[in-house]
Amino acid sequence: MMRLAARLRRDIVCQQAVELVSDYLEGALSRSARRRLEVHLAGCPHCGEYLAQMRKTIELTGSLTEADLTPQMQDEFIAIYRLWRAEPGP
Amino acid sequence: MVSPDPDNELVARLRAGDEQAFVALVRSHHDSMIKVASSLVPSSAVAEEVVQETWLAVLRGIGGFQERSSLRTWLFRILVNRARTAGEKERRSVAVADPGPAVDAARFDSSGSWASPPEQWLEDAEDRAQAGKIADRIRSAIDDLPGRQRQVVTLRDIEGMTSGEVRSVLDISEINQRVLLHRGRSRVRQVIENEFGRSR
Repeated sequence: MMRLAARLRRDIVCQQAVELVSDYLEGALSRSARRRLEVHLAGCPHCGEYLAQMRKTIELTGSLTEADLTPQMQDEFIAIYRLWRAEPGP
Repeated sequence: MVSPDPDNELVARLRAGDEQAFVALVRSHHDSMIKVASSLVPSSAVAEEVVQETWLAVLRGIGGFQERSSLRTWLFRILVNRARTAGEKERRSVAVADPGPAVDAARFDSSGSWASPPEQWLEDAEDRAQAGKIADRIRSAIDDLPGRQRQVVTLRDIEGMTSGEVRSVLDISEINQRVLLHRGRSRVRQVIENEFGRSR
């Protein structure tokens, strides 16, 4: 009984789990914290969904395509480049 | 962990006088540079100026650039230094830690379990048309993040830097980097949920 009570005290709840998700994905949790989070995730579909959404958010952010430079911006950068090329060498 | 820098080939070409290589290099970092600069200076016009100055400084220093270090780390360090000098904004608001939780406390019951669980949107993200809309929303959500979160999320998740690179560019501690990343990513996820989520 005592051991069960101690274990329950150490169990994490959903509200704590969502705060641990980033450190979990960063590999920054201690072994025991990671284990406790994984136990929670295994039994909680909502937090599992939350973790999947965080992973997807990171993936989608990583695949944002760069907006093209406007022709005017391109000209400005080419001007900077030509300015540099025209500078006397060191 | 140092991975081969995809910029190295472009650097070699721009040293050889290839204008298009320079434009390609600028294009591949421009959005992120504007995002980071804008978080440090008062106007987008100043941000554009800082980005241009940064590129000129990069060109001038490229002769001494060691290819074993990453170009983007060097590039963003110059950018952040110049933007900090140009903008008074950040110096006045030192290290504002965002105290907000990852998920609004009202969505949990008194025991800390979900009362209003995450709404579903993962399937939408697989749909090509919806994915484009989600991507647009992510872009604007990042622009709306508080300055320091915007810097960290842009560098980590758009530019793909490691946490070590980000710490060196922004000169912040590992813990600070993680907290800012956590707040920023959580907020972006929440924005997607607000817009595209539906309960099942």
